[in-house]
Formats: sequence, structure tokens, C-alpha cells
Amino acid sequence: MSDPADLTIKAAGDAMRAGELTSLDLTEAALERARITESHLHAFLTLDQAGAKEAAAAADAALAAGEDAGPLHGIPIALKDNMCTKGIETTASSQILSGWIPPYNATVVDRLSAAGAVVVGKTNLDEFAMGSSTENSAYGTTRNPWDTDTVPGGSSGGSAAAVAAGSALGAFGSDTGGSIRQPASLCGVVGMKPTYGLVSRYGLIAFASSLDQIGPFARSVEDAAVLLEAVAGFDIHDATSIRGDVPNIRGSLSEGVAGLKVGIVTELSTTGIDPEVREAVVQTVNELSDAGAEVVDVSLPSCEYGLSAYYLIAPAECSANLARFDGVRYGLRAAGSTTEEMMAATRAEGFGPEVIRRILLGTYALSAGYYDAFYGQAQRVRTLIRREFAAAYEDVDVLVAPTSPTTAFPIGERTADPIAMYYADVCTIPMNLTGDPGISVPVGLDSKGLPIGFQVMAPALGEERLFQVAKAVEDIAGFTARAALATSEVVQP
Amino acid sequence: MTDYEAVIGIETHVELMTDSKMFCGCPVDFGEAPNTTTCPVCLGLPGAMPVPNAEAMEGILKIGTALDCEVAEISYFHRKNYFYPDLPKNYQISQYDVPICHDGSIAIDVGGEPTRIGITRVHMEEDTGKSIHMGGGGRIHDAEYSLLDFNRSGVPLVEIVTEPDIRSAEQARAYGAELQRIVRTLGVSDARLEEGSMRFDANISVRPADDPVLGTRAEIKNVNSLRSLQRAVAFEIDRQIELIESGGTVVQETRHWNEETGKTTSMRSKEESEDYRYFQEPDLVPIEVSAEWRDAVMAALPELPAARRSRYQGLGVDARVAGVLVEADELGALFEEAMAAGGDPRLIGNWLSGEAVAWSRAENTAVGASPLSAQHLVDLAAMVADSTLSASAAKQVLGGVLGGEGSPAEVAEARDLVQISDSGVIEAAVDEVLVAHPDAVEGIRGGDMKPIGFLVGQVMRSTGGKADPKQVQQLIRDKTAG
Repeated sequence: MSDPADLTIKAAGDAMRAGELTSLDLTEAALERARITESHLHAFLTLDQAGAKEAAAAADAALAAGEDAGPLHGIPIALKDNMCTKGIETTASSQILSGWIPPYNATVVDRLSAAGAVVVGKTNLDEFAMGSSTENSAYGTTRNPWDTDTVPGGSSGGSAAAVAAGSALGAFGSDTGGSIRQPASLCGVVGMKPTYGLVSRYGLIAFASSLDQIGPFARSVEDAAVLLEAVAGFDIHDATSIRGDVPNIRGSLSEGVAGLKVGIVTELSTTGIDPEVREAVVQTVNELSDAGAEVVDVSLPSCEYGLSAYYLIAPAECSANLARFDGVRYGLRAAGSTTEEMMAATRAEGFGPEVIRRILLGTYALSAGYYDAFYGQAQRVRTLIRREFAAAYEDVDVLVAPTSPTTAFPIGERTADPIAMYYADVCTIPMNLTGDPGISVPVGLDSKGLPIGFQVMAPALGEERLFQVAKAVEDIAGFTARAALATSEVVQP
Repeated sequence: MTDYEAVIGIETHVELMTDSKMFCGCPVDFGEAPNTTTCPVCLGLPGAMPVPNAEAMEGILKIGTALDCEVAEISYFHRKNYFYPDLPKNYQISQYDVPICHDGSIAIDVGGEPTRIGITRVHMEEDTGKSIHMGGGGRIHDAEYSLLDFNRSGVPLVEIVTEPDIRSAEQARAYGAELQRIVRTLGVSDARLEEGSMRFDANISVRPADDPVLGTRAEIKNVNSLRSLQRAVAFEIDRQIELIESGGTVVQETRHWNEETGKTTSMRSKEESEDYRYFQEPDLVPIEVSAEWRDAVMAALPELPAARRSRYQGLGVDARVAGVLVEADELGALFEEAMAAGGDPRLIGNWLSGEAVAWSRAENTAVGASPLSAQHLVDLAAMVADSTLSASAAKQVLGGVLGGEGSPAEVAEARDLVQISDSGVIEAAVDEVLVAHPDAVEGIRGGDMKPIGFLVGQVMRSTGGKADPKQVQQLIRDKTAG
């Protein structure tokens, strides 16, 4: 058998139930992979070796006793470090939360625990999830396992890299403007942003509350569906979580695309898109057509303003969400001779430059006299984009586009140019503004050997159709390449 | 000197006594040790999220409906952003452009002049924690250190804002008192000013009486009794008039009422009004109030103070007495019970608001803590009605009952206050008085009726108050007519 760390969740689960593999073996394989790759990648901020092995042993004992918690039973997974884990340091990659140990679990964490999953550690991110490269972490940059001179994308770069490298079989991230889908694309894994409200945000350290959504990373579409099913559904602690039935996520997974109508979003697929990315997307679309889908071009002109609207709404919300980090009750406290000076000094010292930039932007956008021109106008654009997508879905079943305009870019290339960095999310942001689900599936490599992601989008609560098409894309693309750092030549000493 | 008119608006904060806080499951309980009734939500920990409390929403709907407000079918929570150590998220969840209730009114009556005070809005928000500043002057700026207690953080808070319809310190107090009565009647809050579960901020300006333009206003904080509300408003009106008369100008500022000195002093100027950068709370969904919910709340409203006062007046109780009965729970309860048992409203109302209150003050004991029961009152009134007791004797008997001497019959007996029913005895007493005061008798016979009262008084005195004064008067008339 190959290294268990390279198995899909499905395959590992089958092996465990067949008595060929234990959760402890699997978890130790993942931890060993992390041990070998972390010096190159820095995907994790915290590796909880002892806790993971303990949970794995407990999962084995439960399975032996006939207690099977379901498809995630005994599966090692990783969590982005902006989800609160009781007793385990949670920093959101910020100095201001250095050493902070939450007294409670995020709902997602409790649900994963109930599903029998084994948490191996907390992954690196752009500070407070603000960034597209994981270079904005206060604790060092994460590197792309395909090419360690490039970024893994962001903000959930640590989770994407960990899954690509084999240090976890699946992971969770948060997606505010593309922070799951874009790093999934750059790291050659599947990454999915659910419908807003499908997964509880309780315990997720908020960046922009109306846009944030937790979702899975996996090495297959089916694994992503399994991970999502474990955490989806109404939560009494999140007033924005959706009541009622969870969509049947794996319901139509293998039904193919014959008879479905697929729309290519012109505005997200042409201007500013790397030719190799565009070509891969067009090829995949053609293959979908060959497989029986009706493919049409769809124009959504308001998408052009999506990035601008996003960079008003998200900073505005973050300016309030991050106000609580003031040095009064937890985290970093800098010295100051008055309360105000202490708060100001703490925030100046504790936040990185990108976080400060967004707080300033957001504070300005909400200020008296500017609110209507900036925040108010951005909300109107958001409504417009929502309407355009809703109208499009009256005609097509799903929309498709590239996930990211480019493949992984070199570390340091965009750090001095925030606008270039912001542009990395141009294809993913619309779904955060509409609240609709989206998924990135790897479909090929560019000439540099870096993965290209293909994005599928569906209307709100259209997860069943979304995964159905994503699975078809996965089957068509037959993407089997593995990141350099995850292949045996590199990892074997 | 110019005649000035004061223009006053009042903002009131009322803490709702719900089982749990506004956005989390922590109990609303002020007796606990500091920072023990808290959780990630009301401490504003990273990742925590608010969930609205249905009981609090019901509470604000009761208040809004009782104040005759319109109820918005859809309203919104907003974030009010400002930094302060006892505000754990550094924003307060409040309401902004669309409050849940708006456009209501409260009727008050000062000196027989009924006035309606418009209610601009009634909105829902969360309370802050409490800061205690140690050392210095008790304010944050000169404190050595500060202590923070988050037990109060997240307690449901209702803000009630009036139109600038109030014109005097007396009206301000009457408004505050009526609002307090309404809130207590609804049972949604104990509305105790001294403990801060009800808090007033008054906005005050003055202008020449014939000037339509409003003057610059000052806001007064730290008013923690109805009496200090009246005093603070009165002081501030005078201060502003004097300032203008002496050539000065009123500045827009927040002023602190000092109970000891009886003065307001400047806290901070509002030259530049604070920018709270309100925006809709993305962690909450809009508040929807269905017509069914609104109607159910309205149908379940208890009898409000104004309606109760007018019902009492309809029973023959005078306005002042009705006010006292509605004001004091224990008196009102005794009165209601006595009415249910068929007691005389006017008599019993007067006794409760007069003798009972006077006794309570003199003895420093609540009427409710005395042995006086509603049945006692009913019996006592019956004794007056059948002339067993004179009105004045009844008052003495009431004092005895309050003092624990027994039932009205027992007290009347023991104190020998039962009216003399033997007309021979009374006639003899009358004769005696007439003989002793021949001048008075002469005067009456000459057409001067004034001495009759005097003679009645003499007879009452000589009989120890036990004669029926009406009967005595009749006898005197009869005997002096011949």
C-alpha cells in the first residue's frame, strides 16, 4: 500500500473499516508528512501531535467497539487558525492574539469532533484572513508545495498547502473573497465555499461577517462533500445560519452533466486572465459539452464592480469586527499612559500593515459624510450583482469561470502592490457578495508545472448540483498530479 | 426681562428583567460576584456571535404598544462604534434608522394641565459593562486604575426618546414618573433609578417665549431619581437663562448633575459630534414583527396607569387620590381588593391615600406590613354607612387597626368610639351645651346661623366624638327654632 498520508478520505475510511489501517497509523503518517515538509512549507502554526494521537487512538477504540461516527471517523484534518479551539492557541496569525487560548470551541470544531475527525493542527493564514498569499501572517509565510518559491494563495494558504502536501487528508478554511477557492486553485486541491449561512460561523474569528463562510479543502470532490456534510446545518449560536434542511450534498454526485446547462461568465473568463489558465478552462468547458452539457456564454456586467464593492464592504465590517482587539481583556497589551494611548499602542503594535490598511479604509468608508458614497454605494452594487446572478440562474444550472486569474505567483511579487494582490480574488469575490456557493477543482498544470483551478458556481443552496458538476469536471480532467513536496522522491529521506 | 421658554426632550434607558441577556444565555442578575454571569458572547471574545432574545423583543413590544407607538414590521440592528473599556466589542448593538417602535405618546398632567408628550422612538440595544475608576476623581481620566465588571454587559436595554415637547422641570418629572409607572405595570423592568435599571438623560434648551427657533441644547447625565431629574432640569433652565441674560451663549455639551451641590457641570463639549459610524449589524437578520404578534401583545397588555386612574375616578374617587392609589402598589392592591368586596370607593380611597399614608410615614412602616386588610376597610366603611361610627371616629379606628389593636369593631369598642344611638343621651348633651352658651342661641334665634357649627363642635366634644354630628345639628336647629 502507498503512504496512507496520500489517501483520500474515502479510501482511508474504506481501509479502516476493512481492518487494513488504523486511525493511529493514518494520523502518524500525516504527522510524519508534516514533520518532513513543515521546514519547507510552514503550513501549520500549531501541530497538536499528542492531542491528535490521543484522538486517533480513541477513534480506533470506538470503531473496534462498533461505534462508527461516519465517514470522517478517525480521519486526520487541519483547521485554519481563525477557528476557536478550546485549549489550543488560536491567533488568526496576528501578534495581537499571540498566546490567546480560547475557552470555547467553534461550532464547526464541535461538529467535527462529534463526527470522529482527528484534528492534527491549526494552519497558517494571512492575518485575520486578509490577503491572497499567506504572506501577511505575523508568524511567517507559507510556501506552495508545488514550488516553494511561490505562494500557496490565501488567506487559507496553510490549509491548502497541508492538504496538498499530505499533512492532513482534509482541512477547513474560511472564504471571505476567495480565501478557500483561490489557495485551493494555487495548490492543486479541491476547495469549496458553501452557501452563506449553510455552515455556522460561531467561533470563527470574524473578518467580514456578511461575507465570511467556512468550507472544506480536500483531494477529491467527494471528500469535500463528506467534509461539508459533517459541519453543515442550522446552529442556534449563529443568527445568520440557515434553518431547514441541509441540501443533499452527495445526492447526485455521479450523475454527470448530460442535459445540464452550463454558463461561462464572460467577465470572469477573459480580460486579465492568464492565457494558459483561460485555455485550460476553455478545454474543460469543451469537454463538459462533449459529455452532454449545453454550454452558453453568460454576461454579468456588474461583476466588473465586484472587486471595488468588496474592498469597501469587507474593510467596513472588519473595522468594527477588529475593534475588540484593544489590549483591555486578552491578547497583546502595549504600554500607554492613558486608556486611549494603551489601546492605540496595542493596535499599532499588534496589527500588521495590511490589517491596519483595511481598518483605515473601512473606518473611512463608514464615516459621516462618506458613508453613502462608499459603503452605501457598495451595498447597491452588491444588490445589483445579486440580481444579475439570480437572473442568470433562471436560465442556466451552473456558472463556470477560472478560480484565479493566474497560477501561483512568486513570493514577494505582489507584497508592495496591494491592488495587484487584491486582483487575485477577482473571480471568486462575486460569490461572497451574492452568498452563493462555489468550488474550485484542479484541472491541469501550466507550463511551469503549477496547478490550474476551475470554478463552478451555483445558486444559493444549490450544493447538490454544484458538487454534481464539480465531480464531472474532476472525472473529465483526470487530474492526478501531486505536489512536488508530497511525492515520495522528495519526502523519503 | 425677556420671557423664556424651556424646550426639553428626555432619553430614557430601561433595563429589561429578562431571564437571559439580550444576545446570549447568561442570566440577568445583579447580585452576583463581578464577572461571573458572562460568556464568550457578552465578553466579546473573538468568534462569538449574538443571538437575539425573544423575551426581550416581547418586552420592548409591550413598552412600545403601551406608549401607543407604531410598530415597524421590519426593523434592523446596527452597530454603534466607539471605544470604551467597558464595551467589550468596542461597538454596541443598537438600532439606528429603523427602530422597532416609533411615533407614540404619553399623557401627563401637571397642575391640572393635561399634556401629551410625543415619543419619537423606542429601540432595542444591549447594555455595557460597568467601570469603577479607582483613585483620582472617580473618572477614567484621572484614575490610577479601573475595575471592569461585565455582568451587566449585554443586558437588554430599551431606549425611549421623547419629542422636545416638555416645557418645565415639573413636566419632566411627571413624564419620568409616568413612564416608570407604565414600565413597572408592564412587569418588564423594576425601573429603579437609584440602581440604574432606569436612567434619564435630559436635553434642555431655552429660547425667548415668542421665538420659533430652538436654542442650543445641553444634555444632562447622571440623574438618578425623579427628584433629581426635576432639580437638574430646573437648575439647567435657570443656568441657561442667566447665561443668556448676562450676554453669554449656551454651548452644546454634556453636563453632569451633581446631587450634593445641586448643580450641573460640563463633562465634555460636543463641538464636533461623535461619529459612531453606524452600519447594519451583519451578524443578525432583520427583526420581523408579524401583525399576529403585535396584536397578541396588545391584547395581553395589563391595565395601564392612566386607564386605572380614570376607572377610579369613575368610581367617585378624586383625581389626586386616584393618583396615589395607582402610584403605590400596596395601596392600589388593598383598594382593588376592597372594591371587589363591595367597599365604598370614595371613603376607602381617602383613607388609604390620607390616614394610611400618614400613618406609614409617621411609623416608617409600609402599609402592607401592617395588619390592615381589605376586609377591615370594607367593614369600617360599613360602620360609617350605618352610623355606627362618625367619619372622624372612623379615622381613629383606622389608626388603631393599622397599629395592630384589632379589627375595626374591636378597636371601636375598646376605644369607646361607637356612636351614641340613644337619642335621649344626645338630646341631654345638646341641652347642656345650649344652656351653657346662651349668646350663641340668641344669635341663631336672631337669624345668625354661624354659631351652629360651634355648638355642634361643643356637643361632639362633650360626647367624646361619639354623637352623630348630623343628628346633633338637626337637634340644635330644632331647639333654637322655637
